[in-house]
Amino acid sequence: MAQLLPVAVDGVVYSAWLFISALGLTLVYGVMRMINITHGSFYALGAYAAAAFTGAWLRAGFPPWSSYGVLLGSAVAVALVIAPLIERGILRRMYGRDEAVVLLATYALFLILEDVIKLVWGVNPYFIAEPYGLLGSFSVGGLSYPVYDLLFVGFAGAAGLVLAVVLQRTRAGKLLLTVIEDPELARAMGIDVGRFYLVTFAVGAVLAAIAGGLTAPTVSVVPGLGVDVIVLSFSVVVIGGLGSLRGAALGALIVGVVRSAAVHYAPQLELFVIYLVMAMVLALRPRGLFGLAEPRRI
Amino acid sequence: MSGAGVAVDGPILEVRGLSKRFGAVAAAQDIDVGIAERSVVGLIGANGAGKTTFINMVTGYLKPDAGRITYASRDITGLGPRATARLGIARSFQIPQLYGSLTVLENVMVGLGIVVRNAGLGGFFARGRPHVPGYDAPEGEVAERLLAAFSLLDCRNEPARALAGGLRKLLDIALAMIGRPRILLLDEPTSGVSTEEKFAVMAMILGAVRAEGATVLFVEHDMEVVERSAERVLAFYDGRIIADGEPRAVLDDPGVQRRVVGAVPEPR
Amino acid sequence: MKRDRTPRAVGAALLALLAGGMLLPPWLQFLLTIALAQGLVALSLALLLRAGLLSFGQALYYCLGAYAAGVAGQLWHTGDMVVQMACACAAAALTAWVLGYLLARYRGIYFGLLSLALSMILYGLLVKSEALGSTDGFNIPRPSVLGLHPQESTVRYVVLAVAAVVSAGAALAVHRYLETPLGRLAPAIRDNEIRVEYMGASARAAVHVKYVIAAVLAALGGAIAAATVGHIDPDMAYWTTSGEFVFIAILAGTGSVLAPFLGAIVYGLIHSVAYGLSPNTWQLTLGSALLLVIAFLPEGLWSLGAHRRSPS
Repeated sequence: MAQLLPVAVDGVVYSAWLFISALGLTLVYGVMRMINITHGSFYALGAYAAAAFTGAWLRAGFPPWSSYGVLLGSAVAVALVIAPLIERGILRRMYGRDEAVVLLATYALFLILEDVIKLVWGVNPYFIAEPYGLLGSFSVGGLSYPVYDLLFVGFAGAAGLVLAVVLQRTRAGKLLLTVIEDPELARAMGIDVGRFYLVTFAVGAVLAAIAGGLTAPTVSVVPGLGVDVIVLSFSVVVIGGLGSLRGAALGALIVGVVRSAAVHYAPQLELFVIYLVMAMVLALRPRGLFGLAEPRRI
Repeated sequence: MSGAGVAVDGPILEVRGLSKRFGAVAAAQDIDVGIAERSVVGLIGANGAGKTTFINMVTGYLKPDAGRITYASRDITGLGPRATARLGIARSFQIPQLYGSLTVLENVMVGLGIVVRNAGLGGFFARGRPHVPGYDAPEGEVAERLLAAFSLLDCRNEPARALAGGLRKLLDIALAMIGRPRILLLDEPTSGVSTEEKFAVMAMILGAVRAEGATVLFVEHDMEVVERSAERVLAFYDGRIIADGEPRAVLDDPGVQRRVVGAVPEPR
Repeated sequence: MKRDRTPRAVGAALLALLAGGMLLPPWLQFLLTIALAQGLVALSLALLLRAGLLSFGQALYYCLGAYAAGVAGQLWHTGDMVVQMACACAAAALTAWVLGYLLARYRGIYFGLLSLALSMILYGLLVKSEALGSTDGFNIPRPSVLGLHPQESTVRYVVLAVAAVVSAGAALAVHRYLETPLGRLAPAIRDNEIRVEYMGASARAAVHVKYVIAAVLAALGGAIAAATVGHIDPDMAYWTTSGEFVFIAILAGTGSVLAPFLGAIVYGLIHSVAYGLSPNTWQLTLGSALLLVIAFLPEGLWSLGAHRRSPS
């Protein structure tokens, strides 16, 4: 029993991180039917902006407690600047075309942004450990964990709730559901589908950037930070079902717990097991746990 | 793939007690009919009367809820479209099913390739020189002959999706003819064709088809075309066959007049 | 596909490589060999693309081929490329035959995602396998060919020559295959799978065979790359490696069996030149090039753009 507790805590924290990281991806797919590889770029942009600005902020002597605001703020800001540029400037032109073409365009943008990051922030790692340790730690079952990790859990819960409320209770949310259901019909009804796409893409980018920003104090921020996140987010989203909010939550939970168990009991399976679950879901129930349409299968 | 095949005693296609429901809708109710070899049969009925469902079941696309389908003394109930196609039952579609990005000639070559391959493993990696089983000429020639029979030679190098409506229908039927099926089911072969041309087109299709000795069932809404082209007419209504016989007799039947012809605009 | 001219073009290219290859500096011989290896994988992608399937996990077989070659090399203490390539092909064919039962039933984005997942499974397995060197991988013995052990000065050329011969052979084989009944089915499956079934052919079975052929081609590329670089590591199975192959395949288009190899060479050139100018801008250059191709050269994307589903 004592063994299970660290697995559970690790699992929940990791699941929270996965959920925040994957949320934007599933949202963008659900609304725009687009597999967005730049998702990883926004994660990295968020991490770098957070690391750079917070580092500068702290060095300038401002009180450490305020660094959390800067952390989040800079991540959100960088996403809000870049996402509309990309969506309006480039992706907009691709919408009529095959799914795979749009995916390749996002892959091309990912490549470009990887280098943009290197050009802006250089290749040396960024460390901003202060916000991570500042909140102290708490003990569970004899092991101590940083309180900061609970931020992930808290934020995951908040993000999930806010999105759920927006989608189901607000007028904008209901219009969005119409756009998801049938974009042509929505257009015919006078809904500005283009604007919904822009906002969705931006929200997805912001979510990814926040995930990156929150992660920044816990790792050394280096180029290539977003590359792993992309494929991990894919696994979460596929397991839960492309385009489903509940799916992302459940998928994150499954992947998080499975990985945590593997790390503790069978470390050599750690990576492999995540993608094994992904493959099994695709093989047995391709649309995932809460997915939308039934995929074409022969 | 059967070409002339072995002559069969009795009907080439026999359907007994065929039934199919979609939820509350009875698309087929206890259908009993036998089709003689080499006959030309018209299927008439309002939309939703069960004609296309009938075709779908005979070609294996749908499994019937009950009943039996026998083809050349062989039970084919529940076999999929691939198996029924290989046995010699082919169909054309209401909306032509073509390989859009391929040229007209390439469309036919795909079909011929399948015939060659199905003939045996030797055909598996064959290039195209070997003779097509059932034909007496190499692939290229067979393709040209088929296209010529349907007046499609002139547009052989055009992509299929660029063809006009009537030509798409013809190509669709031509594709069904590859492999020399013994039974051909045509779903509205002249829809989209102008009224003046309907008879000519139907005559061309039947000419090409009957030269192969095939049995033809065709769905048609234009009663004049039916009267001129069919030897026998089956009238569908509410999933049942309500009349069966010579065209004039069926078309004059008051029940048919009320439930079928009345539902269709009078032909000019 | 150019029917009459392709075999001659392939032959000419082969001669050019064999003859001209001797005159090139070793670093260029190396680059060309890698380009040929990548071209083989891109060719496999093009084969699947023709049937309307975009695989995001060809790196699975590329890596499998490389590791099969490497393991064979270590086990039997040989650098013989023929032996290594044979092992690579066998491993890939067997794996693809089994996996094909699952994958051949998928289309569209799910085919891509499943192939991605499978390649990441291999990556995960290799990264944690101590016996195979985990993230460091391991080295391959010096290449030889059927008893011929080239010296230091000529080994690069020998490897290039082998790669050229294998690539030419593969290109011709695929070219021939595309005209067989099975090869002809690919665009038909992409355009209208239902019609294919109604004509009496099994689209699933056809895709299964194509998947295996594609796997073998990718594994050949992996084995050649392994012999050229002399080292194997799990990154060969990572999704970004698959991404590179997709990039090359899209850049090249599916117009001819030579296209993937030309695409790989162009890719290698852009990579080298851009990297040489500045290590921090080569991805930017590649990404921009890809965007330009997507926007202005749909023939490069010809088989994706021609993806039509007629209503049934």
